[in-house]
Amino acid sequence: MEQTATEDRIVSVIRENFPSEVISVESPYDFLTVNLKAGKIIEIIKFLYEKEKYQYLTTLCGIHYPENKTIQVMYQLHKLTENKRIRLKIALPEEKPTVPTLTTVFPAANWMERETYDFFGVIFEGHPNLIRILNVEEMSIFPMRKEYPLEDQTREDKNNDMFGR
Amino acid sequence: MAENYNTSVLSDIPAQEEKQYSYLNLGPTHPATHGIFQNVLKMDGEIIMDATPTIGYIHRAFEKLAERRPFYQITPITDRMNYCSSPINNMGWHMTMEKLLKLEIPKRVQYLRIIIMELARISDHIICNTIIGQDVGATTGFLYLFQYRERIYEIYEEICGARLTTNIGRIGGLERNFSDKTWEKIENWLKDFPPAFEEFSSLLERNRIFMDRTINCGPISAERALAYSFSGPNLRAAGVDYDVRVMNPYSSYEEFDFIVPVGTQGDTYDRFMVRQQEMWESVKIIKQAIEKIKKEPAHIYRADAPEYVLPPKEEVYNNMEALIYQFKNIMGETDIPKGEVYHCVEGGNGELGFYLISDGGRTPYRLHFRRPCFIFYQAYPEMIKGRMLSDAIITMSSMNVIAGELDS
Repeated sequence: MEQTATEDRIVSVIRENFPSEVISVESPYDFLTVNLKAGKIIEIIKFLYEKEKYQYLTTLCGIHYPENKTIQVMYQLHKLTENKRIRLKIALPEEKPTVPTLTTVFPAANWMERETYDFFGVIFEGHPNLIRILNVEEMSIFPMRKEYPLEDQTREDKNNDMFGR
Repeated sequence: MAENYNTSVLSDIPAQEEKQYSYLNLGPTHPATHGIFQNVLKMDGEIIMDATPTIGYIHRAFEKLAERRPFYQITPITDRMNYCSSPINNMGWHMTMEKLLKLEIPKRVQYLRIIIMELARISDHIICNTIIGQDVGATTGFLYLFQYRERIYEIYEEICGARLTTNIGRIGGLERNFSDKTWEKIENWLKDFPPAFEEFSSLLERNRIFMDRTINCGPISAERALAYSFSGPNLRAAGVDYDVRVMNPYSSYEEFDFIVPVGTQGDTYDRFMVRQQEMWESVKIIKQAIEKIKKEPAHIYRADAPEYVLPPKEEVYNNMEALIYQFKNIMGETDIPKGEVYHCVEGGNGELGFYLISDGGRTPYRLHFRRPCFIFYQAYPEMIKGRMLSDAIITMSSMNVIAGELDS
């Protein structure tokens, strides 16, 4: 019960300091997840870093939702002193996903953002070196987007009704 | 050496006018890099002025592959990330799925898993520490301790049939029970390893030459380590006692009595010593787990949830019900809940996280691996700046950068 109380506290703190930024709050599998508007995400993370001591960036990744035409960016922060984790999500438009860089707060975000750029094409504005990291430089697509299927779609010997996606 | 460098990689290193620097390619296939990754070093004599790491040489698109593979087929992918301790990756993935499916895992299975995971941790740390010795010129320890790593691999072989890419365990438990031979091998290993390890420690731990070579070599402060999201032994060597096994216990780690060793300086020697100490703690954990297993019913090695757990092969061939469940599991007819799960385990290198989004299909909608190597390796240029080339080599080996985990 106490867990929920403090989690709600964090959400209400965010709501207080950044009114109308929180879209929704959920807690899938007991993991506090806050969906935010994209505009002030870096300010919010900076605030959590300075005032609430969420000083460890666990991970950062992109998720593509072609039906909503959005690319989500997920930030996962960890407050090591109290062992609290929080996940922040923002949705960016598919055709021009742009968000300010987090490297100003966490140097660790450097390669994570490069990876997200490499696979989803999310542009992190102000990033010191936003180039591809795992794929070849000549690649022209962002391969983790859902429009690039893993298998050859012209194959006729395989029935997708039977074998799923 | 300066003629052959890749200029596109160097574009962000500005040219100096008054001083002549030379550029040195460390890698991609240099034996001392223990994997395929390149570092373009900007050198002033033998002092490193800057480094530009290039990674991705063995990128195999695991996250994309995982989007088209049924859940039970993702385990072999996880093997190939940190291939020095694949069982931890396998178990981490099984536990992620069990969290998604809300499966209750019997205590005995959890303890069996702990034995496997701690053996894997020891084998991972053996590689890292003996290679630090190797890189400073002490080959004896490397060859000596590798015999015991070989015997850990024999234990894996006894449990799952494979050695390096283990694919050990299944969602919901293990594929088969530990045989008597397995227990015998574990017991023998536990008898033989401590004295050998003691001897290895006495070769290096207080060795004057080794200490001179490694102390204050490639240090990182606790603040910088946290800013770079270090985890595992590298973070603990800097003095932060963050261990996932203690912070977010999984698989009943909370019942075990062990110490989380921490260093103070975050240099190569501290990283070496933290790993040394962790191996002793792992031995302690394995012994406790064996004691605990003796109190549990001996026939249990998997959860009782036939919809999700693959039945044993002999039952599949002889029992209609098991065959049906096998078919349903393999063909993806089971209901997978929708949801979003993050599960992390303490891998050989730190917090190994699995972020899974399931939309109810037979494959994940999105699976993201939080690979500790990938995250802490970006601090490498900062750690070797202003140091000798030979320090760069042992700093890299003491960070235990595994190319498979780096590139996913």
